[in-house]
Amino acid sequence: MKTRDLTELAARNLREAVLRNSLTTLGIAVGVASLVAMLSLGVGLQELANKRLSKSGLFDAVFVSSKTNQRGLGRQNPPESPAPKEPAKILDDEARQKIASLTNVVEVYPEIRFPSEIQLEGKPYSTTVAGIPASAKAEGAFDGMKGNFFSSQNADEAILQIEFAKDLSSQPDLLIGKSLVMRYAERQALPVEPGGNKSAAAPGAKSSDEGKGLSPGFSIVPKEKTFHIIGIVETEPATGIGGFGRGRLLIPLQVAETLRITQANDLRGILRRSGSQRTYDSLTVRVKSPSQVKSVEDAIQHMGYGTFSLLDATKSLRLVFAVFDLFLGIFGSLALAVASLGIVNTLVMAILERRREIGILKALGAADRDIRRLFFAEAGVMGLLGGIFGVTLGWLIGTALTFGTNVYLHKRDLPPIDLSSVPWWMVASAIAFSIVVSLAAGIYPASRAAKLNPVEALRYE
Amino acid sequence: MGDALVHAVDDVTVSVRPKEFVALLGSSGSGKSTLLNLMAGLDRPTLGAIFAHGRNLAEMSSEDLAQHRSRTIGMVFQAFNLLPRMTLEENVELPLRLAEVDRNERAGRVREAVDRVRLSARLTHRPSELSGGEQQRAALARALVNRPTILLADEPTGNLDSATGDAILHLLQEINESLGMTMVMVTHDRDRAARYAHRIITMGDGKLLSDGNRI
Repeated sequence: MKTRDLTELAARNLREAVLRNSLTTLGIAVGVASLVAMLSLGVGLQELANKRLSKSGLFDAVFVSSKTNQRGLGRQNPPESPAPKEPAKILDDEARQKIASLTNVVEVYPEIRFPSEIQLEGKPYSTTVAGIPASAKAEGAFDGMKGNFFSSQNADEAILQIEFAKDLSSQPDLLIGKSLVMRYAERQALPVEPGGNKSAAAPGAKSSDEGKGLSPGFSIVPKEKTFHIIGIVETEPATGIGGFGRGRLLIPLQVAETLRITQANDLRGILRRSGSQRTYDSLTVRVKSPSQVKSVEDAIQHMGYGTFSLLDATKSLRLVFAVFDLFLGIFGSLALAVASLGIVNTLVMAILERRREIGILKALGAADRDIRRLFFAEAGVMGLLGGIFGVTLGWLIGTALTFGTNVYLHKRDLPPIDLSSVPWWMVASAIAFSIVVSLAAGIYPASRAAKLNPVEALRYE
Repeated sequence: MGDALVHAVDDVTVSVRPKEFVALLGSSGSGKSTLLNLMAGLDRPTLGAIFAHGRNLAEMSSEDLAQHRSRTIGMVFQAFNLLPRMTLEENVELPLRLAEVDRNERAGRVREAVDRVRLSARLTHRPSELSGGEQQRAALARALVNRPTILLADEPTGNLDSATGDAILHLLQEINESLGMTMVMVTHDRDRAARYAHRIITMGDGKLLSDGNRI
């Protein structure tokens, strides 16, 4: 019999005992649904964890430092150890641009964090200010913030950390829209004097030869700048290596960079032979996704800089989730295994019921093979329908769980999450799995039907 | 059947010539239906041989037997054996599906067979909506649709009143004459067998009692 005829006959047979076949199909659907719901929760939780972690800005970042910056600080190499093959690479603007031009690098920025004095409505407050890059907006820390994120990296806008905002006002929300004045220490480079630096004229100075090659240095001048408060954030966004650098008043990083604010590492920088060029103690490199961290890290190391990332942590996390998904999948499959017994039962019943029909088909010229394929097709169709229905049901269960969870989270003032995820590969493989299981369940009934003696079958009333 | 010899049941040797209309007569349990099933290739003999068109059914694979039933044999039963959930048209089309006849050809073949049994007006009816006579005619159309060379009828009038039964037998006779189809009909009605068949074979207890013209 041709496949089309076979399918038509199978569909007709399924329609005939519609209640029993529907119940069997429903059994498969429930099995598939439990499998899909379990796996979607597993994948959903994995995606959630990945998203949260990547949002934390720790797992898609490479922290770059100059390899020899500690050694360069007057600590001499032990005499027996060989000298470094090449001079210490300095993290300057050129290096920053070079790193930024690497593929998969989204952003390269220095850590800017400094103590400051804030003036709000005439009252002074001291706090720590941090420069925040544009990419930080995607980080979890700014989810659910009050007000807005910086309109641009050049805007004179500030975001307050909630605890600091509470210090400033008993009604922190009212601070949004107000202006504050930030005092900071500006670095002003000193002009280079022939033969040495400016300090040569100072009393007790050494001969000018000793100052050769040193940077001319800078003076520190207090300055003020006005910022508009545009938002309040609950958490302290992480900046810098490992997220340890935190600030309570946040301003756009680019604004902070243009201010030439004196930072702690400037003291070290002034001692290096970097001329008047700006140098960085460390740079944070934001990579497109955690999977590309390794390649970017390698490229930067190849350039001669030290790097640090939390890549290994994501690797073990992936392993944990792989095992987690496997177990969820096994438990989900158990329901499908039970459902497959339902198929065996339904088809065996169908053989008893359709004995005479099988006899007639054989008398009319059906081969054993045709009968076997007919029962197989019926099992397959039940598997297909059960699979489609089950995936839908599983998706609904996942959605309902997400909804319930979000209601719970909402009551606790927490941001909503996507608890379950049903990617296309899960839809396809769940339906395929359902068909395979159904066909396997159909093997016994189909071969039993095929072997039926037509004469006995025709005699059956 | 055809030019073939048929050995069946218990030491039974029967030969049916092409285009012959043979009645197999006997009481119940005489082995006449078994002989018919052996001819149809629905059953296999434990010993002996059944030849149809020169091929021994006893030595055929089950696949070949299915082919034999599909292409060479048309069968009509006492209980009609139409599939209740199919319309008349679908029932008649079924052997064409099994024989993998091209879809475009099927409608014409069904119409031809249904016209021959004069049921064209009932194409979309289900068996339950047809009278007994109509059901048997539908079964006959189904048996003819694959244009077999041999028609085997197992008590075709057994479930019908005598007028309707006569009409069916008349139809069988007509088909036998017009299409030259070889016919073997199992019956226990000696009068009718005498009226319609060319030859009557009588069986009892699985043995051949008589084989001759119009006994």
